[in-house]
Amino acid sequence: MAAIELKNITKVYRDAKRKRDLLAIDDVSLSVGNNEFLCLLGSSGCGKSTLLNMIAGFETPTKGSVTVGGKPVDGPGADRGMVFQQANLMPWLPVWENVAFHLRLKGWRKADRRAAAQEYIDMVGLQGFENHFPAELSGGMSQRVGIARALLLNPQVILMDEPFAALDAQTKMDMQEELVAIWQKQRCTIVFVTHSVDEALVLGTQVAVLTSRPGRVRELIGLDLPRPRDITSPRFNDHKRHILNLIREEGLQQRQQVAAA
Amino acid sequence: MTALSKSWERAVVPLFILVAWEIVSRSGLFPVALLPPPSAVLHSWGDWVFGYDETTQANSGRWLADALSSATRVAAGYAIAAVSGVLLGIAIGWWRWVERTIEPTIQMLRPVPPVSWIPLAIIWFGIANKPAIFLVFLGAFFPILMNTIHGVKTADRNLIRAASMMGATEQQLLRHVVFPAALPSIFAGLRIGIGAAWMLTVTAEMVAVKSGLGYVLWDSYYFLRYDLVLAAMASIGLLGFATDGLIKLLMSAALHWQRASTLQSREG
Ligand SMILES: Nc1ncnc2c1ncn2[C@@H]1O[C@H](COP(=O)(O)OP(=O)(O)OP(=O)(O)O)[C@@H](O)[C@H]1O
Ligand SMILES: [Mg+2]
Repeated sequence: MAAIELKNITKVYRDAKRKRDLLAIDDVSLSVGNNEFLCLLGSSGCGKSTLLNMIAGFETPTKGSVTVGGKPVDGPGADRGMVFQQANLMPWLPVWENVAFHLRLKGWRKADRRAAAQEYIDMVGLQGFENHFPAELSGGMSQRVGIARALLLNPQVILMDEPFAALDAQTKMDMQEELVAIWQKQRCTIVFVTHSVDEALVLGTQVAVLTSRPGRVRELIGLDLPRPRDITSPRFNDHKRHILNLIREEGLQQRQQVAAA
Repeated sequence: MTALSKSWERAVVPLFILVAWEIVSRSGLFPVALLPPPSAVLHSWGDWVFGYDETTQANSGRWLADALSSATRVAAGYAIAAVSGVLLGIAIGWWRWVERTIEPTIQMLRPVPPVSWIPLAIIWFGIANKPAIFLVFLGAFFPILMNTIHGVKTADRNLIRAASMMGATEQQLLRHVVFPAALPSIFAGLRIGIGAAWMLTVTAEMVAVKSGLGYVLWDSYYFLRYDLVLAAMASIGLLGFATDGLIKLLMSAALHWQRASTLQSREG
């Protein structure tokens, strides 16, 4: 059974102010198997976040259905972990309390929460920062806390919305490596939103290239490149060339449509 | 050394005012009875507190009792205002239907000066502590309420999303996300509220009660004891300053997490 199943998803945003409807997602079907690492790749505004938010349960599809682990999604819940573009940490809680926030909600005692958090703090390499507050962390460290927090749910599915977009190149590479290691260890399913072709190719087992608005799946590409991925290898670059061509065509069609209209 | 010079900085302005006042007052520009010098005020104040030479007649040695009865009224009215203001503020900020049904009424009551409630308060509660407590409540309630509503409404929606992604129920969202997120605003309201509370207890004591610092102030005015009027004013100012300091202490303990990210973290 697939971990995530999107069936004929259409999403229309009602724009009450301008009295116009905006078709954000048009008839998208995707099936993500267990332990897959799916990257959603597309230009800005093509509906990547919208798609992810429907899996998360923040948005409901106008048409179609979303199931996670065979159950229809009817709202946010702890069976899916989410890592946001901005880390979204509770600024009034120290790092370890942020990581263990879920256990706080479950009413665990402080000592137990503290012990449980440590495993995940170690996993993302934040030893020594347990008692720091979010305002005292760098962007990359905050993002790690967000990842640790999602991992502690021990979810089957982790959703990530451009989590590394705000990081510098070096930190980004380190974090990507760590994420792949964690994914291999935890054997979870990841849906990862990005607009970087390189990032999608370094991380994914599959890449779904989306068209610009309204978002459709232009092509679903399976990647069986060996890990760690070598971004200078000929096969990597074949994939990259292919995807860049898709994106270029897409842009061309877009411009022609605008010109014809 | 720096700590010493810092506390000096704080004392410079009050000291300057006191010295200038003493000089003007002794210069004979005004009758001494109308503008008693600080030294005379201090002398009467001392007698009011310790009762050493009965210069303050019936009030001699009664300061602690007066201060306590004012402070009790402030404490009672303020506590009611704080609890109800915060709870109602969270409800109005969070649930749209509460906002729609209650907010208009509250916004109409808010501009009515608390003092104008005095006649009704006296009819309802008689002449005793209750009307004073009611007025204190009115004065402190609205700033606390408005600031709480603001704090809830400006809570980061993404934090709420993050928490509901971790399985938080609505009640847990309110307790673990919305309330702490609104806390800086709530404390701003609490600090405005404590000032209003002192202002109103004195107003109430002038008309509705026969004890407390405000009562002494008004009573001394009838007897042309401006030294006592000033001593009462200073007492209220000091007590207000002290209670605000207490709330500030509470605030910095509760909001210590803000220290690294805000202006107040600057040295000194
Ligand atoms: N809540 C909303 N109400 C109305 N329109 C929305 C809403 N959220 C998104 N949209 C519209 O839907 C489209 C897709 O938005 P979405 O945020 O999913 O894009 P995205 O692919 O994540 O873009 P980016 O890469 O810039 O984050 C955009 O045109 C946006 O204006
Ligand atoms: Mg987005």
